[in-house]
Amino acid sequence: MSNPATLAATVVGADAVAGSLSGPHGPRPRVTFSRRNIIIYGTLTVVALYYLLPLYVMVVTSLKGMPEIRVGNVFAPPLEITFEPWVKAWATACTGLNCDGLSRGFWNSVRITVPSVILSIAIASVNGYALANWRFKGADIFFTILIVGAFIPYQVMIYPIVIVLREIGLYGSLGGLVIVHSIFGMPILTLLFRNYFASLPEELFKAARVDGAGFWGIYFRIMMPMSLPIFVVAMILQVTGIWNDFLFGVVYTKPDTYPMTVQLNNIVNSVQGVKEYNVNMAATLITGLVPLVVYFVSGKLFVRGIAAGAVKG
Amino acid sequence: MSMSESTAARRPGQLFRNLNAKIASIPMILTALVIFVGGTLWTVLYSFTNSKLLPRLNFVGLDQYERLWSAPRWLTSIENLITYGVLSLIFSLTIGFLLAALLDQKIRFENAFRTIFLYPFALSFIVTGLVWQWILNPDFGVQHIVRSLGWESFVFNPLYDQDIVIYGILIAGLWQGTGLVMCLMLAGLRGIDEDIWKAARVDGIPMWKTYLFIVIPMMRPVFITTLVIIASGIVRLYDLVVAQTSGGPGHASEVPAKYVYDYMFAAQNLGQGFAASTMMLVTVGIIIVPWAYLEFGRRR
Amino acid sequence: MRYRLYRAVLATSAALFAIAPASATDLEVTHWWTSGGEAAAVAEFAKAFDATGNKWVDGAIAGGGNTARPVMISRITGGDPMAATQFNHGRQAEELVEAGLMRDLTDLATKEKWAEIVRPKSLLDGCTLDGKIYCAPINIHSWQWLWLSNKAFADAGVPVPKNWDEFVAAAPALEKAGKIPLAIGGQPWQNSGAFNVLIPAIAGKDVFLKVYQDKDATVAAGPEMAKVFKAADDARKMAAKSNIQDWNQATNLVITGQAGGQIMGDWAQGEFQVAGQVAGKDYTCLPGLGVNELISTDGDAFYFPKLEDEEKSKAQEVLASTMLNPQVQVAFNLKKGSVPVRGDVDLAAANDCMKKGLDILAKGNVIPAVNQLNTEDTNNQLNDLFVEFFKTPSLTPEEAQKRYVAIIEAAD
Repeated sequence: MSNPATLAATVVGADAVAGSLSGPHGPRPRVTFSRRNIIIYGTLTVVALYYLLPLYVMVVTSLKGMPEIRVGNVFAPPLEITFEPWVKAWATACTGLNCDGLSRGFWNSVRITVPSVILSIAIASVNGYALANWRFKGADIFFTILIVGAFIPYQVMIYPIVIVLREIGLYGSLGGLVIVHSIFGMPILTLLFRNYFASLPEELFKAARVDGAGFWGIYFRIMMPMSLPIFVVAMILQVTGIWNDFLFGVVYTKPDTYPMTVQLNNIVNSVQGVKEYNVNMAATLITGLVPLVVYFVSGKLFVRGIAAGAVKG
Repeated sequence: MSMSESTAARRPGQLFRNLNAKIASIPMILTALVIFVGGTLWTVLYSFTNSKLLPRLNFVGLDQYERLWSAPRWLTSIENLITYGVLSLIFSLTIGFLLAALLDQKIRFENAFRTIFLYPFALSFIVTGLVWQWILNPDFGVQHIVRSLGWESFVFNPLYDQDIVIYGILIAGLWQGTGLVMCLMLAGLRGIDEDIWKAARVDGIPMWKTYLFIVIPMMRPVFITTLVIIASGIVRLYDLVVAQTSGGPGHASEVPAKYVYDYMFAAQNLGQGFAASTMMLVTVGIIIVPWAYLEFGRRR
Repeated sequence: MRYRLYRAVLATSAALFAIAPASATDLEVTHWWTSGGEAAAVAEFAKAFDATGNKWVDGAIAGGGNTARPVMISRITGGDPMAATQFNHGRQAEELVEAGLMRDLTDLATKEKWAEIVRPKSLLDGCTLDGKIYCAPINIHSWQWLWLSNKAFADAGVPVPKNWDEFVAAAPALEKAGKIPLAIGGQPWQNSGAFNVLIPAIAGKDVFLKVYQDKDATVAAGPEMAKVFKAADDARKMAAKSNIQDWNQATNLVITGQAGGQIMGDWAQGEFQVAGQVAGKDYTCLPGLGVNELISTDGDAFYFPKLEDEEKSKAQEVLASTMLNPQVQVAFNLKKGSVPVRGDVDLAAANDCMKKGLDILAKGNVIPAVNQLNTEDTNNQLNDLFVEFFKTPSLTPEEAQKRYVAIIEAAD
C-alpha cells in the first residue's frame, strides 16, 4: 500500500475507498540502523524464513533423484539437479492404468474453475449488494443462516446435495459441480461483498436513486465499477478455493473430468513400493502453481480489497 | 448504511417493493433454505434412524447418540478439536496481529514480506499436510538434521508421538492460515485514522498501550470477520489431518469432521455419521447463532 | 433407427459369443487398485476387454477402499453410475442391491454355468440375494499369511522362523540387528486385520466362527480370546517402531530386509513379484501364521449398476463374462497374487506361496472372510479399537478385550 495514488488512478472511482485507507502508521523511522529497526527487520526476516522453508523443501526435493533423497536430509540442496520428477508428475505418473500424470487434469480444472468462479462471484456480489443497499424484510435471517452455514462441515452436506442434484437432474454434470462451488462459496463471499458495499459512501446511492436508477442500473453502473478491489479478492479466494478443492471434485465428477487435485491425490496415494517423494513434491508444486501465480500477480489488490471488505462491519 | 432502512420505512410492508432485490436474492434464499436449513433438518431427522448405507426412516430413538458418546474415538476427536481450536485461535490472532503491526511500521520491502507470509494460503491443505509431514518426518526432516549436527539425543517427532501429534498439525495449520489473518489485520490497521496516532503520540501514550487500548478496540469489525473465517475453518478441519497423519498414530489426531466422514461412508453407518454431525451443528449453533444474529441482524 | 438396430444386433451377438469383436462401447470401471502389483493385474482385465472390441475406461481412485467407496456409492445413488465397480466380497454393496440399483446377472451366470465353475461355492453366495446373482467374483484372497524376509533373519543371525511363536522368540535378535521385527502400517484396517488373523491361528477356527459368525459375547470374553489379546500385545511390541502408513510400504520394509515380517493378505505377494523376489529364496510365507493352516476366502467382486443405455448394458455382460474367462482369470490372478475363482484353470505358473494356498483351498481348510460376517460398521469399530490398541501401549490387553466384547455384543 506504499502507493495508493497510482492504484486509485487505475481503478475507476476507487478513490472513495482509497480515502478511507491511509498508509502505514507507526512512527516515522528516524535512523536507518536503529535498534528498533534491527528488531523489526530481524523478526520479520526470521519469520519469513520459517514461511519460506516448506516451499524451499518442496522445490529442492522435487529436483533430486530418489537415491539422493534416501541418503540425504530434506534441507540439503540437490547435488545433481534433475527435472525428471517434474516430467514424470506432469506427463507419465500412473494411477491405475492411466499414466498421463497431471496433464489431463489441468484443463479439467480450468473448465471447472472458470465458470464456478464467475457464477459464485456473480451471485455473492448481488447478494451483498441487496443486503447492503436494498434490505428487505427477512433478509437478515437468510444472511444469518448463510453465516452459520459457513461452519457446517462439507462432508455433512454431501448426501443432501447428492439428493438435490439428482432430483434436478444435474448430478455428475459440470453444471452440478459449478452450483456446488457457488453454494459453498456463498457465505464468506456474501459477507465480504456486503461489508464492502456498505462501506461505499451512501450519497452515491442516494443520488442515483434520485436520478431514477433502479436495482440493476445502480448495480451495473455504480457499484460494480467502484468495486474492483473486492471483486479481485473474491476472485482470488474462489480461484484458490475451487482449484484446491478435492472433496467435491472427486464426489461430483468422473474420471474423464477429474480436476487436477484429484489426480494429485491419486498420484500421491498410488504408492508403487516406495513413496516417490520427489515426484510427489513436483506434482504438488505443479498443482499449486495456478493459485500461486494468481497471488503473486494480484497481491496488492488483494490486501486492498480485503481491507475494504473486512474493515467495515 | 441507513438509506435502505429509510427506503423501507417510507413504503412499508409491500411485497412488490424492492422486488428486484428479492428476485436477485433468490439464489441466496434457496441456498439458505434448501441446502443449509433443509440439509440440516434432513441430517438431524436421519440421525434418529439406523440408516446404514442408504438413508431409511427406521427410527431408533437416541441409540446413535448413546453410542456416539461412548465411543473413545469421538471423545478423542472432540478433545483434539478443542485443543486445536483454542490454540489455533490464540496463535493465529496473536501472530497475525503482531506481523501486521510490524509490517505497519513504514518498513521497506513491505510487499515482499507480505507476499511471503500470504503465499501458503494459496496452497491447499492437502499440499500443506504433505510438505509438513515430510519436514517433520523423523528419518529425513528436522529431527534427523539436528541429530546429524551432533545432538544425538534430540527428539522432535510430533507426528509419531501420540501426546503431541496435534501440535504437529497445529504447526502446519498456522503456517497455512496466519498469512490471511495478517492480511486482514493489516487491512484493519490501515483503516485506523492517522489522527488517532497523532493524538496518542501527543498525549505521550506508549505505543503498546495505544495498540492494546485504542487500536484493537477500534478494529472490532476486522476481528469479527477474521473470527468467522478462522473458526469456520477450525470446525471443518479435515483435509489437513488426512494428508498429514490420517488421524494417527492410533487415533491421537482424529477430529470430528473425520469421524463424520468415516462413519457415513467408510463404515456405511449414515445414522452414526449424522448423529455426530448433528452434535457438531448443535455446538456450532449454540455458539454462533445468537452471536451472528446480534452481529449481522440487529445492528445498523 | 436402422443404424441403431444394426448396432443392437451386433451387441447382442457379442453377448452371445462372449469374446467376439463388437461395436466399440466405452465402459467406465472404477476400482481402488493402484499399487504396482494391482495396477499390473488390472491391466490384464483392460487388455482382455479391449480385445473384445470395447473400451475399458479406467477409473482408479487411489487411497484404498475407504476413499473410493464413498465416491462409488455417491455416484450410484446420485443417478450417474459407472458401468462396473469393484467391491469386496461380502456386505459392502448389500443395500445397493436391495435398492434395485444393481444389474441382475442371473441369466449370464446360468448360461455360463457360474454355479459349477466358481469354487468355493460361498463366493457366489456372497453375490446372491433372493436367488439372484448380482456380482461377478473374480479372485480369492486370504488374509492369513505371515511374510518373512529371509535377508533380515540372515542379518540377525537367526534361522527363519517356521511359526508365530518362533517369530516372537526371534524378535529380540532382529531388534539387536537394527530391524523392525514386525511391520504394520498406520492404516486402521491393517491393525484390525492383523488381529483377526491372530484369532484362528491362536484360538482356532471354532472360536473364530463363534465370535464373528454367532457374535457370541461369552466366547469373545473368554480365556481363548484372552490368549489372542496376549499375542496381539506381543505383536504391537514388535511393531512399535514401524513408522509407515500404507500396507505396501510395510511390505517394502520386508522386501528390503529392514523388517523381519508382516502379517498381510496374499495380495502382498504381488509386491514381492514386482520387486523380482522369489518365494522360498528371498522371502518365506507362512499361511495361518504357520500354526493353523486355515485361510479365508476374502476377495473382490465386480458389480454392474443398472444403466439406461442398451449398448452399455450389453457391454456390461461382455465385461462380466471376460472377467471370468479362464485365460483372463489366470493372467489376472498371477499378477494380483490371488487365487482364481475357477477351479478348472491351469495354474502351473503359480509360485510356491500360491501353491501352498491352492493346497489348503483344495483340502477345504477355509474360513469365511471377516467382511462376509461383519458389517462395515462393525469392522470400522474394530478398526478404531485396534488402531488405538496397537499404538497406545497404556491400553492393556484386558481393557481392550472388554471393549472388544462390547463391539461384538452390539454387532448384527
